[in-house]
Amino acid sequence: MAVRAQFENSNDIGVFAKLTNSYCLVAIGGSENFYSVFESELQDVVPIIHTSIGGTRIIGRLTAGNRHGLLVPNTTTDQELQHLRNALPDSVALQRVEERLSALGNVIACNDYVALIHPDLDRETEEIIADTLKVEVFRHAIADQLLVGTYCALSNNGGLVHPKTSVQDQDELSSLLQIPLIAGSVNRGAGHVGSGLVVNDWAAFAGLDTTSTELSVIENIFKLQDAQPQYIVNEMRDAIIDSVV
Amino acid sequence: MSEDAVQTESRILCASCGSLMAPNSANMCVGCIRGTVDITEGIPKQATVYYCRDCERYLQPPAQWQVCTLESRELLALLLKKLKGLTKVRLVDASFIWTEPHSRRIKVKLTIQKEVFSDTILQQTFIVEYVVSTQQCPDCTRIAASQTWKAVVQLRQKVTHKRTFLWLEQLILKHGAHRDTVNIKEARDGIDFYYVQRGHAIRMMDFLATMVPVRVKKSEEIISSDIRNNTANFRFSYSAEIVPLCRDDLVCLPIAIARQLSCISPLVLVSRVSSTIQFLDFATLQTVEMRNNTYWDNPFFSLTDIRQLTEFYVIDVEIEHDKKRGKLAVANVEVALATNLSVTFTTRTHLGHILNPGDHVLGYDLTNVNFNNDQWDALLQRTTRSSLPDVVLVKKSYRNARRKIRQRHWKLKKLAIEAEAGLINRGKAEQAREDMDYELFLRDLEEDKDMRAMVNLYRNPDAENADGLAEDAAAAAVADGDDDSEIEEDFPEIELDELIDEMADMTIVEHPAGIKPDENAFASIEESESH
Repeated sequence: MAVRAQFENSNDIGVFAKLTNSYCLVAIGGSENFYSVFESELQDVVPIIHTSIGGTRIIGRLTAGNRHGLLVPNTTTDQELQHLRNALPDSVALQRVEERLSALGNVIACNDYVALIHPDLDRETEEIIADTLKVEVFRHAIADQLLVGTYCALSNNGGLVHPKTSVQDQDELSSLLQIPLIAGSVNRGAGHVGSGLVVNDWAAFAGLDTTSTELSVIENIFKLQDAQPQYIVNEMRDAIIDSVV
Repeated sequence: MSEDAVQTESRILCASCGSLMAPNSANMCVGCIRGTVDITEGIPKQATVYYCRDCERYLQPPAQWQVCTLESRELLALLLKKLKGLTKVRLVDASFIWTEPHSRRIKVKLTIQKEVFSDTILQQTFIVEYVVSTQQCPDCTRIAASQTWKAVVQLRQKVTHKRTFLWLEQLILKHGAHRDTVNIKEARDGIDFYYVQRGHAIRMMDFLATMVPVRVKKSEEIISSDIRNNTANFRFSYSAEIVPLCRDDLVCLPIAIARQLSCISPLVLVSRVSSTIQFLDFATLQTVEMRNNTYWDNPFFSLTDIRQLTEFYVIDVEIEHDKKRGKLAVANVEVALATNLSVTFTTRTHLGHILNPGDHVLGYDLTNVNFNNDQWDALLQRTTRSSLPDVVLVKKSYRNARRKIRQRHWKLKKLAIEAEAGLINRGKAEQAREDMDYELFLRDLEEDKDMRAMVNLYRNPDAENADGLAEDAAAAAVADGDDDSEIEEDFPEIELDELIDEMADMTIVEHPAGIKPDENAFASIEESESH
């Protein structure tokens, strides 16, 4: 299901939240409304963690992560690191990255298997990304923009990229990432897909301004209509029955 | 895929309506952008312009009234200035849509551009309707309330003829000094010039002071006052009195003044009147100049003027060759009354250079006169009657030429002077006297080249064969076989190249720049023929 949310009157919820298949990070806001939206969707499935990074609320842009791990920038305090370690499931690796381009969310776009990164990232960082997140790393740009994290949103099922991405680029990226891609916008025509949308394999949260057309594009490409747990169970049962029969 | 492959733009769904479209900066289709934002917001679709029916001008706020024809550029500019919100958008095009003039509606089609969202420029065309509502402009209000003038110049000369004013009229026309007048009225002994602004009247006074010797008196009348704002509304009157002496007048100077003026003989002729007065002693050719102020310190009047000139017949001329000054030459002349050749006089005159035996000459006959003048009486007491001349010759008379040549080939323009209320139905005698004044003025112009150079003479298209007129007249005179009426050889003929073609001059005089149309109507020049 794709849900609309707003963080303190801002539609750029991707700035204030980070969603993966095994955990969700949420910024500490003035009210719990934002948190509640996530809680209603994700409660009892993945842990939802209140946190700040280096004292700021823009955690979505500063961190990068997937089911296997979480990368935080070097501005993260020890206390925050400890809190995250305590809150995250044990299977998730947590790693602090000494990288000049410290807004990791902007320079890294990843799902559980592949990651697109900013071409200027250090080689050490690239190695850390590959090791911690257990992904294949590609240095690439999206629609001539180097900040790949800002201009795309990826899950294991599909990806949404900046509206100006050409068909050729989409084909190339799609074959790299091995997932279907589509060009689209969020928040009533905004091209900053990464900052307007957080997504995992069964849930997506978009800014409150996102139109129904945009939401339907999002639900389609991320295959969210039939992504509820019961559908997955049904699908698995069908597969088992098929194999038994 | 090769590096330089053609990049195909992907198609996205419009964020608002879901239709397939090329991505743009708003990521919405044009229809949806139009639907969400209205760039004409804040621009009024209806406005009112004010129009004065009387003078047909439009109000350009705050206080300017401008003449504009319908569908003109000026009107479009004025209308666009009315729209407040236009400063925030880019105006691409504006044009009139035709409307029936009597509908009092003006429609203007505008095309504007404005940036919406981030770098998305939207263009839109819309129509603004203007309602033309009428409002009387302050100028017309004043005319309607008969408060047309704020300052008046009252020009007066207390003499019995109008020659000075005829002369001044030509000077005013030549210099365009009547440009700002709203009305010119004839009054007893003079003319009134009316002005809307005080400054215009002051300028007229300055002009007059350079042309004629005048005494100026200023007075003001309060019309209304506002105590709270400490303002008042005045009317200003400038009274300008011209020295009552004219060219060719015979003057007896007060003895004190005659002594001041290089001990000139008291009995003199006025030879020139400009901003100063020039006297000529006809017996010695001595000329003296008197300043305007000096005159008003101690005013005196002329003994007699050119209406009293008598015609004489020249019998003999004896030039005194040692006494010449400029063109003038002193001569002892024997003359006889033109009406009675048996009465002869001998006199000294300044006209020696043009007089020949057999000519006719105009002069004052002093033998039988009895002037009612203090200076004259004083002069008689100091000297004996016999030491004074019997006849003072003033100018040569071209009686034969005048009799033969009826029509002049030149003419003058006239100011549109409103007649005095009491003088509209003037009698025949009065009219005849005025015609006589005008004729004398025209003769003065013909005989004096310097005077002519100061005014504009116009070609008279009615006098077709003007060139050959003098010759024709001469031929006619010869054919008559009348020796007595032979045309004078030195009859002053005005050259054709001195005349101005009326059409050529029209643009300068009749439409001077910067005149408002309503004022122009008042101060327009009426043409008149010089008969």
